[in-house]
Amino acid sequence: MNILEFLISPAEASQRTGPNDRIVFSSRVRLARNLKSHPFPGHAKKADRIKAYEILFPAIRSLPQMGPEPFAESLEKLTALDKQILVERHLVSREHAAKGAGSGLILNREETLSVMINEEDHLRMQSLRPGLQLRQAWLSIDAVDSDLETRLDISFSDKYGYLTACPTNLGTGIRVSAMLHLPGLVLGEQINQIIQAVNKLGLAVRGLYGEGTEALGNIFQVSNQMTLGESENEILERINKVLLQLVEHEENARQTLLEKKPKVLFNHIGRAYGVLANAHTVSSKETMNLLSLLRLGVDIGMFAQTPKALVDELFLISQPAHLQLNHPDREKLAAEDRDIFRADLLRARMKSVPTPHEPATPSSEPSV
Amino acid sequence: MTCQFCKQKDATVHLTQIVENEVKKVDLCEACAKEKGVNDPAGFSLADLLLGLGASQQIEEASEAKGGGLRCATCGYTQADFKKSGRLGCSDCYDVFADGLDPLLKPMHKGIRHKGKVPGPLRRETDLNQQLLSLEKDLQGAIAREDFERAAQLRDQLKVVRSAAKP
Repeated sequence: MNILEFLISPAEASQRTGPNDRIVFSSRVRLARNLKSHPFPGHAKKADRIKAYEILFPAIRSLPQMGPEPFAESLEKLTALDKQILVERHLVSREHAAKGAGSGLILNREETLSVMINEEDHLRMQSLRPGLQLRQAWLSIDAVDSDLETRLDISFSDKYGYLTACPTNLGTGIRVSAMLHLPGLVLGEQINQIIQAVNKLGLAVRGLYGEGTEALGNIFQVSNQMTLGESENEILERINKVLLQLVEHEENARQTLLEKKPKVLFNHIGRAYGVLANAHTVSSKETMNLLSLLRLGVDIGMFAQTPKALVDELFLISQPAHLQLNHPDREKLAAEDRDIFRADLLRARMKSVPTPHEPATPSSEPSV
Repeated sequence: MTCQFCKQKDATVHLTQIVENEVKKVDLCEACAKEKGVNDPAGFSLADLLLGLGASQQIEEASEAKGGGLRCATCGYTQADFKKSGRLGCSDCYDVFADGLDPLLKPMHKGIRHKGKVPGPLRRETDLNQQLLSLEKDLQGAIAREDFERAAQLRDQLKVVRSAAKP
């Protein structure tokens, strides 16, 4: 099965909506699980890895939660482009994309459940939801996990809980995270303060693609760091509370900008529109930052007829692998050619976006 | 800037390493840097970067207390491997290297005992064991009170639970 044919198109994927999706792109809950007494993937020899894979793969593929026709494949069957597309969709981690034989991926039709086999742990199972829906994401991955543990011998200790390759994931093995768009806090220069405050609560703030990545396009990922000594529900509640506060802070920051520095704000957004609609070469990094401003402009009502979904689609299709996929040759483009092709694509798509105007009554914007 | 390890002297050695796509920075004074072998980046323990400074030392001390040279019988992982990678080799390693773990986990997590989900098959076992315990206690109470009718009921219930508890 071809992953590129399996995946929902960027246009369709961007249509998905969820609570608080003005600010929260997506919610994710990931569980780390391992088989008893099998060496963890990082330490296992190839034969051991394949042995574990052969136990795990059929067990997961036949889970009712994965649906009748999941995408299920060994990573050696995927091309570099396939893997990069999956990373850009947040369906596999960058670490997993680097793996080959003995590692695999199982993905349901809706792309809400993705199970990585032999990543750092034997199983990394994640549930993804649009907007702020941590509880729903947890319930769905919990159901997968509960079903799976009746079929597999999962390593668990009374004291340390679920045993993982790295002691930092021990216990619940849970990583709860949400992807947030925080241009108001960045423009209002409050973001560093906010990040520090969130860090103090034991939560990590990272860039778009997780650990060690830059916060391009004012997109931040917030996740729990501690997994032992706190139950799944406690972790969920704590992070949910923080996320709701972040949403409120972001709405307030936008409101303040509209009231106190409207010209600065409109100038940023107007210029972003200008470049996106007229540039002939534009880097991925610059595009992300410009699209962030465009999305902010849509949110505050500067682009009357433009749906948020269009901006989200542009976010996705201007990523390097998606861009390459769109190119008639599908050959790996040199960075320079890619920037030109990206600009061509953006100019064409921006034709449907009207020139920005100042929002009529900025104060009528909903503040959560 | 003070040394992250001894927290006393000025940090003069600044080490930046990329560990699995994550940038890790460590600032140390000269003495600590030397002690930790920073001059030789290959010899610098990943455990320190991943699990926090001092982690490799704790792993080592725990192993020495046991006579040194711990090795997992299931997967062949050694204490040196643990120190080098900051990760364990298999689920059984958690028993083998148990002694050094708690001090390592303390600064990393909220607690050092698991709270939360327990696998279904075990959950059932725990529930049944608790039922058994409470029924046995009730039975003894009934016998002591010479309430033989109640004791007979409890004995029958116990029989059912005992047979369920056996796999």
